[in-house]
Amino acid sequence: MTTDDRFSQELRQANNERQTGTLSDVITGPVCDWATDFSHADPEWAADPFPIQDDLRQRCPIAHTERFGGAWLPTRYDDVASIAYDTERFSSRSIIISNYRPSPDLAPVGSTPPISSDPPFHHDARKLLLPAFTKTAISRYEESTRAFCHSLIDAFDGKDVADAAQDYAKYIPMRVIADMLGFPPQDAPQFAQFVEDVIGTVDLPPQDRGERLRPMFDYLYQQVREHVESPRDDLTTYLINAELYGRKLEPTHVVGTIVLLLIAGIDTTWSAIGAALWHLAAHPADRERLAASPELLPTAMEELLRAYAPVTMARLVKEDMHWRDVDMKADDWILLSFPAANRDPAQFDQAAQVMIDREVNRHAAFGLGIHRCVGSHLARMELRVALEVWLSRFPAFSLADPANVTWSTGQIRGPRTLPLRIA
Amino acid sequence: MKVQIDSGRCNGHGRCYDLAPDLFGADDEGYGQVLDDGIVAPDSEHGARLAAANCPECAVTVLEET
Repeated sequence: MTTDDRFSQELRQANNERQTGTLSDVITGPVCDWATDFSHADPEWAADPFPIQDDLRQRCPIAHTERFGGAWLPTRYDDVASIAYDTERFSSRSIIISNYRPSPDLAPVGSTPPISSDPPFHHDARKLLLPAFTKTAISRYEESTRAFCHSLIDAFDGKDVADAAQDYAKYIPMRVIADMLGFPPQDAPQFAQFVEDVIGTVDLPPQDRGERLRPMFDYLYQQVREHVESPRDDLTTYLINAELYGRKLEPTHVVGTIVLLLIAGIDTTWSAIGAALWHLAAHPADRERLAASPELLPTAMEELLRAYAPVTMARLVKEDMHWRDVDMKADDWILLSFPAANRDPAQFDQAAQVMIDREVNRHAAFGLGIHRCVGSHLARMELRVALEVWLSRFPAFSLADPANVTWSTGQIRGPRTLPLRIA
Repeated sequence: MKVQIDSGRCNGHGRCYDLAPDLFGADDEGYGQVLDDGIVAPDSEHGARLAAANCPECAVTVLEET
């Protein structure tokens, strides 16, 4: 038997040196006009993007910015859906907007397959993951998730005020994904730093970014090597052994997918849980109704996902083209705002209203088309259990300090400080 | 009444089998499947309409007359 040396330091070094791409000039400063100079990194957008999106949808439905080397922001549901479905003209080779564009050579695999992959490779890479993320496969984590949520609340230890973002929502997805990947549960708290390193460094030149990401890659390669030595029944071992086209996966594919599962699963669900709790804390009538009628939760949850969809994706335009009245250039970014699509009055009755009993709700919080969030069943389970447990322990809770609620900046939006009065 | 899934449009969101588990199930990859022959009993008609109205990909259709 030959040893599996795909994850050695030497190979990793060689793979790192292949990183190429282009950097654009960094443009900062306050936004002067959202139609021609938008920035999703602006504090005004982080605090409340919805009035901005509603205004743009009326007067300039495909906004533009020179920032990030050129980007477009469609705000109508129909435009967002059309782009999500059009993988011929819009590439996923990078799905987080920054001033760095990875080389087209990276397609169709991308650095974190399958989210960064284009057809036809995308289909095959995604197919490997789907069985582990079905609703049935996810249901085996429900009981441990529920117990973990209770243990987080037990640790509040009689406090009157708790930070639901930092001391509750954040830990739930970290713990579950650690479980699924077969990483030690006590390591989960450091994943928050990894998320920050990945999301917060997108504008750095590749070498500087590589330095910042080194601790995460060191950790992941170490975990993978341990799994190579002693295989277990978890996703890491599954990916190490998985085959595509009759061969085991490239080491960068294995580790890139683990990065995806780790990063994409954490701050997204953290944001969804936090935003739902924020809404209920700020809207006592909705909270009281839900606490009294737990059977409404599945419907309410979908409405909260629609209204506060945490995830915005990005695409890169493949070639110069005239698209729906605008002239797009090759390598222009598209900020693919599912939150904006979810608030389009042309698609949703009373789109600006949060109605927790909304029965017809064709929202796009988990994306549309071939890149539908592979973890959507996991996210829904975590969100439902987190809210069930919270509401059962604290039927009455409220914002303790509304002025000090903070929201994340960038493509993943949710509360990052959320002091709630629980007693 | 009868329900159908367009497998070319389905991307496995699972809204149909969440909302109407008596009519829809999931395959091994999470894509929606019509259970049995898709004929909808009278007391399942509301679920059928909900599944169709909530599918993000518009992959579920309800045929009112069968």
